[in-house]
Amino acid sequence: MPGEAVAVVGASGSGKSTLLGLLAGLDIPSAGSVALDGRDLFSLDEDGRAALRSKLLGFVFQSFHLLPALNATENVMLPLELAGDRDAAAHAVALLERVGLGARLRHYPRTLSGGEQQRVALARAFVTRPKLLLADEPTGNLDPATGAAIIDLIFELNAERGTTLVLVTHDEMLARRCMRLIRLAGGRLEKN
Amino acid sequence: MLLRDWRAGELRILALALVVAVASVTSVGFFADRVRQSLTREAHQLLGADLAMIADHPWPQSVSDEIARRGLRLAESTGFTSMARAREQAQLVAVKAVSGGYPLRGKLRIAAGLNLTDAETDAVPQPGSIWIDERLALALALTVGDTLELGAIKLSVGAILTLEPDRGVSFFNIAPRLMMNLADVSATGLVQTGSRVWYQLLAAGPREAVEAFELWVTPRLGRGESLQSLSNARPEIRATFERAQKFVGLTSLLAVVLAAVAISLATRRYTQRHLDGCAVMRCAGASQRQLFGLFAGEFAALGALAGAAGCIAGYLVQFAIAGLVAELVAVPLPQPTLLPALQGFLIGLALLLGFALPPLLQLKHVPALRVIRRDLGPPRERALAAYGAGLTVIAALLVWQAGEARLGIIVLGGFGAAFVVFGGIAFGALHVLGGATRVAGLTWRYGLANLRRRAATNTVQVLALALGLTALLLLSFTRGDLLATWKAKIPADAPNRFIVNIQPEQRALLLEFFRDHGIALPQTYPMVRGRYVAVNGAPVEAQRFDAREQRLIEREFNLSYMDAIPGHNRIIAGRGFSTDDRVEGALSVEEGIARSLGWKLGDRLSWQVAGQTFSAPIVSVRKLDWDSMQVNFFVIATPGLLAGAATSYITSFHLPQAQAQFTNRLSQRFPNMTVVDMSAILRQAQSVLEQVIRAVQLVFLFAVGAGILVLYSALLATRDERVQEAAVMRALGASRSQVLAAQRAEFVALGLLAGLLAAAGATAIGFLIARQVFEFAPEVNHWVWLAGPLLGVACVAVNMVAGARAALNRPPLIALREV
Repeated sequence: MPGEAVAVVGASGSGKSTLLGLLAGLDIPSAGSVALDGRDLFSLDEDGRAALRSKLLGFVFQSFHLLPALNATENVMLPLELAGDRDAAAHAVALLERVGLGARLRHYPRTLSGGEQQRVALARAFVTRPKLLLADEPTGNLDPATGAAIIDLIFELNAERGTTLVLVTHDEMLARRCMRLIRLAGGRLEKN
Repeated sequence: MLLRDWRAGELRILALALVVAVASVTSVGFFADRVRQSLTREAHQLLGADLAMIADHPWPQSVSDEIARRGLRLAESTGFTSMARAREQAQLVAVKAVSGGYPLRGKLRIAAGLNLTDAETDAVPQPGSIWIDERLALALALTVGDTLELGAIKLSVGAILTLEPDRGVSFFNIAPRLMMNLADVSATGLVQTGSRVWYQLLAAGPREAVEAFELWVTPRLGRGESLQSLSNARPEIRATFERAQKFVGLTSLLAVVLAAVAISLATRRYTQRHLDGCAVMRCAGASQRQLFGLFAGEFAALGALAGAAGCIAGYLVQFAIAGLVAELVAVPLPQPTLLPALQGFLIGLALLLGFALPPLLQLKHVPALRVIRRDLGPPRERALAAYGAGLTVIAALLVWQAGEARLGIIVLGGFGAAFVVFGGIAFGALHVLGGATRVAGLTWRYGLANLRRRAATNTVQVLALALGLTALLLLSFTRGDLLATWKAKIPADAPNRFIVNIQPEQRALLLEFFRDHGIALPQTYPMVRGRYVAVNGAPVEAQRFDAREQRLIEREFNLSYMDAIPGHNRIIAGRGFSTDDRVEGALSVEEGIARSLGWKLGDRLSWQVAGQTFSAPIVSVRKLDWDSMQVNFFVIATPGLLAGAATSYITSFHLPQAQAQFTNRLSQRFPNMTVVDMSAILRQAQSVLEQVIRAVQLVFLFAVGAGILVLYSALLATRDERVQEAAVMRALGASRSQVLAAQRAEFVALGLLAGLLAAAGATAIGFLIARQVFEFAPEVNHWVWLAGPLLGVACVAVNMVAGARAALNRPPLIALREV
């Protein structure tokens, strides 16, 4: 449902990240289909899926995956520029300020702490106002305090922008903050 | 393990780098070995005898008698240049007149006509007939049976001479060749006062007898006489060859240096990839020695295979080198020995030890604790210490190739300076480019930002490629510019013909001949052959000087005499001839020869002319403008010193294109005079230069190849990063073309930067050469600034294709999972 927050939980190797990747069209399943905003994802070619991702999706990864050659602002601008937005810089700066990094606009990832890097990643994920945000263990590489702050920020931004959130986590406490919980085991849906 | 590691890529680079380095050195080595064998093992063929004696005057009869008395076989030959005429055409020819029995070793080969099968012969041209080479046959449109005029006589063409064994390796063949019978020489009337003629006695026989004769004749050799035996045949050719081989050998080492960079980059990545595996093996109980032995064995096996492949490649390429300089090397060359292959193998081994071993040694220090704490790795050694052995190896290679420590150190310094200067400029440029974030377009901004992020690795890439390209551009564009500018510097009406062997009684007739043909009267200069014998009363000791100066001292100088120094000579020390000078006698010398022979203003030089000795002080030193094409003399005396000596005259003049037939008519009117066409000689010299440069360009291609390998090894080192970044971009919505465009932008910028640096380097070096060597202000060549960047981008094309494949051949999800 639009605006819904869904948690995907399961033991290690249960297929949580794989599911996320398939939902985003980052890999092709051997069988089955995925419909994204009414479109059959795998009837599109690679560039078609990329274009759809650009319009609809935002990502937050466990390892942040910021591009080391770009500073914070440029990392956040990236998805906007890929979509051809001419005001990418302004939007990026605004969102970085929103996540509390107004003083780190020109810093490169190597000079940012883990929490700051994840904030940049959050800003990058939300800057395109995606309909669907996919977060894969967003606090997996962070200490508990920082992780908690990041989770709060995710839910805040999610609520502000009305994004549908799919959150992969092994943290049961975090999962309970979501409206719906999906449990995977051995690649199969166990509980919804 | 070898196969698995081969697929990963680093070992491929390692192997290719070794192949390139070994091939570069062995291609030059094999060719040089063949030429050296031709000069050494085929020495008796080179001499046409077991022993050859050459003089600039006829040999005393006593020497010929001694050869016969000792039971040795004897042959004689005489050589000079002259004009040959046929069908109203005249051609400068190199004449060799031989006696029966020539050559005493090796065989002549002749054919009944052009392009007909040739065969060995034991005969020599009969009196009244000549054998001509293909060049002469084509130049004068001669066939067997035609008549040719030489001096005062007519001779019949008896055969086409296809092989003269003692012509051998000869780098400068100014004139086509003609062989005649010794008995016909006097009838030609060409051997006169002032003619430059060489006289040769050849001996062959049992080794002991030859050696005994050599012992007898050596202490009896006078000035202008020399002896060549099997061990020192054709020293002037050897010296030229050794110098050329040294130079080309040093240039081949550029590829070795760049290959060393590629090997160290590839091995570093190899060790990075094996850190985890080594940690696991340490946990399982493997000792340091076992670990090291495993990897060292893999590298040694690969090194041996790559070394062998490099030797084979070098062997094949040396055929190309031989083909490019075929006209200079006029005889079939023997097959090379295995020595260059051994040297190539040793170089490959040295590269492995110097540049692959230091990173490999780190693998045995990987702590087992790394399986739990992945941040742990082997201790980071200081790069300089680790590669100290490798740098020492490179320095030793350069000194060994140079043949002397001084030259080797100069070249090492040159390489080092080039690395530092180019590297510094590249590093700075990468930072400037990388900061150009306001450049429009995401892909270019991302590509340029990556340039700066990987500044150290990219600097190495740009440096490696730029060095190889600089050499190529220098030899392709700048060389052409230098020659063209030098030729253009010569005035259009500068003399383009020389006439030598003008007899005193012919001067007036010659000037009348010029007047009759409406050609501007040239200035004629007297020429007297004299031998330098003492300075300030002390006899000259030729052995104190280098080989080149020794030859200058041994041969006769062409002295001249005049009342005043010619206008086209510039006095840089001393003064012109004064009235007292003309009474007492004085000399003026050229600055270059003065420097070579240690002459100073005021020194009293003694000369022997036709058995008489005179001495006079140096009152001036002159600088000559050789480009003026005027007649120039190293030594000019006041008339009183030489006016009574046997004199011939020399002149130079400009012959307009429209009057090309003038030379033929002059040669018919004055058969003893030799007309030298300077433009033909310049064309010949340029042709020699072109051939040598093409061969050197081929060697430099190895350096470019090694530079491309450095690029590829750097790409490999960053492949994992690029794959992940491409996956992130695709996850964020980038299309495949956008991902490729960003990668391409980085590589294109690299290639452009390397190409521009190379163009700047070639231009700067060309500028230096023009100023320091040719002494003129060079013109800017705009094409080199286009060719350099284009070549640079072409070289990175390999990287672009490989990089694109790496970035896009895996689904983004898999790449994103690999952290």
